[in-house]
Amino acid sequence: MKKIFKGRVICAGEYEGECVVSRQGLNTLATFQKSALMNKKKVIGSDQNNKDVDGKNLTGVALILPQTIGSTTGGLVIQTICQMKINPSALLFSEEIDSLAASGVILAKNWENSNIIAIDKLGNDILSAVKTGDKIRVSKDGMVEIL
Amino acid sequence: MKLTEEEQKILSGSEGETKAKIMRTLVEFGDLFGATEFVPVSTCGHLVTSFGIGLLKPVYRIMDEIIGAGLKTPYPFTVDPRPIDYKNVKCGLLNKLIFSKVMYSKQKEYEAQLSKIGLKNKNAFTCACYLEEVGNTPKYGDILSWAESSAVVFANSVLGARCNRNSGMLDIFGALIGKVPKFGLLTDEGRKADFVVEVRTSKLPEAQILGSAIGMRVMEKVPYVVGLDKFLGNELNDNTIAYLKDFGAATASNGAVGLYHIENLTPEAKKFKTKLLKENVERYIIDDEELERVYQSYPIMWKKKDQKPSLCFIGCPHLSFSQLVKWTENLETALRESGRKKVKVRTIMTSAPDVVERFKKTESYKKLIGYGVKISSICPLMFTNNPIAGGKPIITNSNKLRTYSKARYFKDEDILKIISGVKE
Repeated sequence: MKKIFKGRVICAGEYEGECVVSRQGLNTLATFQKSALMNKKKVIGSDQNNKDVDGKNLTGVALILPQTIGSTTGGLVIQTICQMKINPSALLFSEEIDSLAASGVILAKNWENSNIIAIDKLGNDILSAVKTGDKIRVSKDGMVEIL
Repeated sequence: MKLTEEEQKILSGSEGETKAKIMRTLVEFGDLFGATEFVPVSTCGHLVTSFGIGLLKPVYRIMDEIIGAGLKTPYPFTVDPRPIDYKNVKCGLLNKLIFSKVMYSKQKEYEAQLSKIGLKNKNAFTCACYLEEVGNTPKYGDILSWAESSAVVFANSVLGARCNRNSGMLDIFGALIGKVPKFGLLTDEGRKADFVVEVRTSKLPEAQILGSAIGMRVMEKVPYVVGLDKFLGNELNDNTIAYLKDFGAATASNGAVGLYHIENLTPEAKKFKTKLLKENVERYIIDDEELERVYQSYPIMWKKKDQKPSLCFIGCPHLSFSQLVKWTENLETALRESGRKKVKVRTIMTSAPDVVERFKKTESYKKLIGYGVKISSICPLMFTNNPIAGGKPIITNSNKLRTYSKARYFKDEDILKIISGVKE
């Protein structure tokens, strides 16, 4: 099984630690709204339609996903969780980043000085090669390595 | 992106730091998707952020910055529905306190901010801004800087306007600059279909389930739907517009669809026909069995699955005038059947303020109110997806509301039976 994946760097950074994998499109509003609305110190995923993230801690982890889906508040939600500093450390997209997630990381970078990492186009193989709880390393050049 | 001299100057700060930062955000956004240039926004905007949730600190801070810089949108804009309507959607003292003082503590200030930068008027709060009564109805080919997934997919698909699935904040940025990056659904190529969806059902599918099935399958791709015109006909009228409104909202919330084509019905499908199909399109067949599979897959999030509903929301997205009239007629028949004078379950139907004003002048309005139904312009989603309402057994015919709250989804005919008391 392939262990190293290379993607396009959107927001560069380094990360080493655990990942959470959503094999289906991640609904940003549904996933983050509960923790954000309740002003929690950590995000516990709350999407009833996505068992991959429902009930999982998403703060400070690398979140691996195909794309985000759902409400167009999505970008604003990402910006807000970055402002609250409860965001995942890295968003790693197997496909090309969608317009809502892209808005979110660009807003977070330009308006919140966030250092959230974002890499896309990692290829769909990453979704089957890695599972929630695995340790990964993310490099500045867009390399993602399963440890 | 290739910028004009004027755009370059704005980016360099010639018109202030705030405008430069807005421009930088839009340029980075466009660059990411291979946009070649900016194109002018040709009509009014629509914003998704209508709610003064205290935690959305970035929004209020940026709005203050925009106001401080003296920026206003060239066209007036509409915005999603308000989250509170104590007159028609009553709630207890504790709930009221939490809504006003904690959750939506910034509502008043935020609406004042919106007014300063170009809000259309006090009736501008609806997710269905494109309805004729509201008047933010783009023409074919218009370029938009909109957010609100259900409005974007309607404008693109039913009206033939051009708009990407913009996020909140990006919607106002594009409206303020008066330009948006040209990529994706703004281009001819981006509007071509990746999927052919064949509808092979025995009757007109429930719009909300068909949309949900397609959204979950195609995600952000463009579907070209064949076989639906057999049931809907070839003309856009009140009925088809209402159907496509609800269908589109489900494709966008259960997936990420920004544009769909319905063969022989929606404007680009009529004009370009199968020329809209990309090479090697994927296929998805939807029959009665597939619709039932999707319907049965919706989880019931209530603590007690057999609980009796305490509240029903109809109208996410907001109901059109013809839908309000139709619900009144259907309810009249169902109540006659059940022998009741009023609805059995507290029911709130939501629609745009301008539509409600028109509806209030009709006999149907008096009947509907007489049946005990409340009519509001609230956002059901904002009312229900919070810890207070989250624990209540709420029912809805909206797949969007189901997705973002613990409300339980029922088909239109079942909702009618439940609220009228025909069925327990």
